[in-house]
Amino acid sequence: MDRKQSQLQVACARRSLFDQGYLDDQFIQLEHLQDEANPNFVEEVVRLFYSDSVRMIQNIEQAMMINKPDIDFSKLDDCMHQFKGSSSSIGARKVIKECSKFREYCYAGNIEGCIKTFQLLKQEHATLKRKLETYFQLVKEAGLAEST
Amino acid sequence: MLNLGYRKGSMSTASSGGVSDQFPAGLRVLVVDDDPTCLVILEKMLRTCLYEDLFEFVMSDAFLLVTDWCKLPLRSVVTKCNRAEIALSLLREKRNGYDIVISDVHMPDMDGFKLLEHIGLEMDLPVIMMSADDGKNVVMKGVTHGACDYLIKPIRIEALKNIWQHVVRKKKNEQKDLEQSGSVEEGGDRQQKQAEDADYSSSANEGSWKNSKRRKEEEEEVDERDDTSTLKKPRVVWSVELHQQFVAAVNQLGIDKAVPKKILELMNVPGLTRENVASHLQKYRLYLRRLSGVSQHQSGMGNSFISTQEATYGSLSSLNGLDLQTLAAASQIPAQSLATLQAAGLGRSTAKPRLPMPIVDQRNLFSFENPKLRFGEGQQQNLNNGKQMNLLHGIPTTMEPKQLANMHHSAQSLGSMNMQLNAHGDQSGSLLMQMSQQQSRGQILNETTGSQVPRLPSSIGQPIVNNALASGVLARNGLAENGRGTGFNPVSQSSSTMNFPLNTTADLATTSFALGSAPGVPSITSKGMFPEEINSEIKGPGGFIMPSYDIFSDLQHHRSHDWELQNAGMTFNGSQQSNSLQSNVDVASSVLAHQGFSSSQSNGQGTNISAVGKPMFSAGDATDHVSAQSLGQPLNTLFAENFVRVKTERVPDSSLQTTLFNEQFGQEDLMSALLKQVGFSLYINFKCWVLESCL
Repeated sequence: MDRKQSQLQVACARRSLFDQGYLDDQFIQLEHLQDEANPNFVEEVVRLFYSDSVRMIQNIEQAMMINKPDIDFSKLDDCMHQFKGSSSSIGARKVIKECSKFREYCYAGNIEGCIKTFQLLKQEHATLKRKLETYFQLVKEAGLAEST
Repeated sequence: MLNLGYRKGSMSTASSGGVSDQFPAGLRVLVVDDDPTCLVILEKMLRTCLYEDLFEFVMSDAFLLVTDWCKLPLRSVVTKCNRAEIALSLLREKRNGYDIVISDVHMPDMDGFKLLEHIGLEMDLPVIMMSADDGKNVVMKGVTHGACDYLIKPIRIEALKNIWQHVVRKKKNEQKDLEQSGSVEEGGDRQQKQAEDADYSSSANEGSWKNSKRRKEEEEEVDERDDTSTLKKPRVVWSVELHQQFVAAVNQLGIDKAVPKKILELMNVPGLTRENVASHLQKYRLYLRRLSGVSQHQSGMGNSFISTQEATYGSLSSLNGLDLQTLAAASQIPAQSLATLQAAGLGRSTAKPRLPMPIVDQRNLFSFENPKLRFGEGQQQNLNNGKQMNLLHGIPTTMEPKQLANMHHSAQSLGSMNMQLNAHGDQSGSLLMQMSQQQSRGQILNETTGSQVPRLPSSIGQPIVNNALASGVLARNGLAENGRGTGFNPVSQSSSTMNFPLNTTADLATTSFALGSAPGVPSITSKGMFPEEINSEIKGPGGFIMPSYDIFSDLQHHRSHDWELQNAGMTFNGSQQSNSLQSNVDVASSVLAHQGFSSSQSNGQGTNISAVGKPMFSAGDATDHVSAQSLGQPLNTLFAENFVRVKTERVPDSSLQTTLFNEQFGQEDLMSALLKQVGFSLYINFKCWVLESCL
């Protein structure tokens, strides 16, 4: 009974991540890659993404700190391009959206827009992190419940 | 070691992962991306999908064809790397260490396009670009810079599934280039080179011998390889020689009993591991199974084999054609033997029509082969022009009812005939064939001790063709079967088979003989040789093709014994010599024996001369008989004479054979038949060479 419940919980949590638009198909791709050789593949990748994105976020913030006339938008765009690529590879849908917006502001040379969007982006980024952590915790518990 | 430093620092090799160790064949992929997340995902995707798809691919027919063009490595190895600069130095260090590169476009240290450019200039590998940027301009830039594909991030596994196609395409193109540009000398040089350093079989395929610069690099690569082999995962390149050793070991053990450990012991090659051998054995078995499985479509396969002959080495050496190849590769053939090779090639292709293939196709096959073996054009022309066609077409016309009837008669006078083939070192199976003509139908009693010789249906004879011929066919088939059973010698034995009809019909004799001398799958030959009436008949035996082929390929491994077998094998006991037909049969056997003889001579073995002698003797008989029968065919005499001559001279080498051939008498069919015969014995000689040089 307990096992069934925890499994249901995992399924619901997962479902809501998709339903609320936090994740897209790419996440499912990752799930497909998970196998005996890498039983925690999805979680590992997500962790890798978050540890690496700290660096990327720093890069972007540094690039935005510079005085307005000196801002190198193409560099900013490059950084964000990378961030977007990384986010898209785990299927972080909402983060990707903010990335796209950010890049549009970059093209337009609108640093205010960039800064504002970047705040939103970081929020989404953090929210997703929280949600995924909860989700992986549930998965783990369900796994434990199953094994006992 | 610099290389090692990189590995520790910023790249890792995925081959240590669970799945990749089991790859039956694979690609060596270098993935370059500065984004670690993408890199990890890509690596996993590649390992997953390359495993699945390559496995399917290997299981498919296409794989055999592909292995002709290019040697795919035995394992997939995904190497990842987060800097373009590092990727470049990796590629430079191990020039032949990768099959394909997947690179991100945006990288901090070097633009992906720059990397693409470098790779294009320096090592000419297929490169796939990838980026989250799906703008037309960027994609276009990728294309113009020479990327073979452009993937939009996030990469989906579906997009990676078929990346091997780029590798195959590339290698195929290189192959084509090589064929177009390679002259005979170059080819020889290349092959020689290849034989010298075994490690090179795969790289030579890629046509890198063309200029000295490349060659130098190749040599450097050897060192590289040696270096890396001291690291944890040495790659074994199954060169021609290594494969020959492998095959020899397998033969010695018997394919069913061959286990990696034993093979390894027998091969005694330092550095080779049990795993290497196991993996190769698996592949080899698969190949054998495949070979027997596709024998029905052998014509098609044969085609492709021939076309790729130059490029195909050891792995396919169990095919006749490839023996040629190997020999060429070993470059132990003097110019004369090259001609031999030529002739052999011819012989082989004459074998092709036996397959359910239209004659026209056969011709195509020929011309196909022409450019391949560039030696002795003249001779080939000779054989090629019309003659052969005549031969083939001619047969049906010569099969007149009258003659048939004639044959029928003589056949009836034939009491019974016992043919015994003594065979086999390893798998001894002797076939006892009895043809009794008391009934109007040829009956064959087929006794096989060898498990692998399939039984012939006892009655395949048809009223139209009747006794002699039918039985001839039967006998032939049986013999052919036996030939295969005997082992590597399907060639000679099939020819013996052919000789049967030869004896029964004077006219047919030539043609069938000629065909017979061509090596290959004998049972199908009948199709080419007999008019349609018989075709129906032959369909029965046609069923054999499959199993027999199986055997054929199986027995290929017993090469080492085969030649002796051959010498020993051809003892025909005509039980009732008084009969005209009977003696004719003896002619056949003499022919056979002769072939065996000549080959043995060239081998320097000549063990079984006595066995040869006997049929020879009766050959004389046969001649008398035939002429007496007023068949009006000088042909038989000719044959007999030839054989006798061969016998007396005792050491027929290829040149001698050619002389024989030059002496032919007017009859065109006959001539071509003889030609074929010559080609065949040359072929045999040649095969001995192969054996000698390879085993």
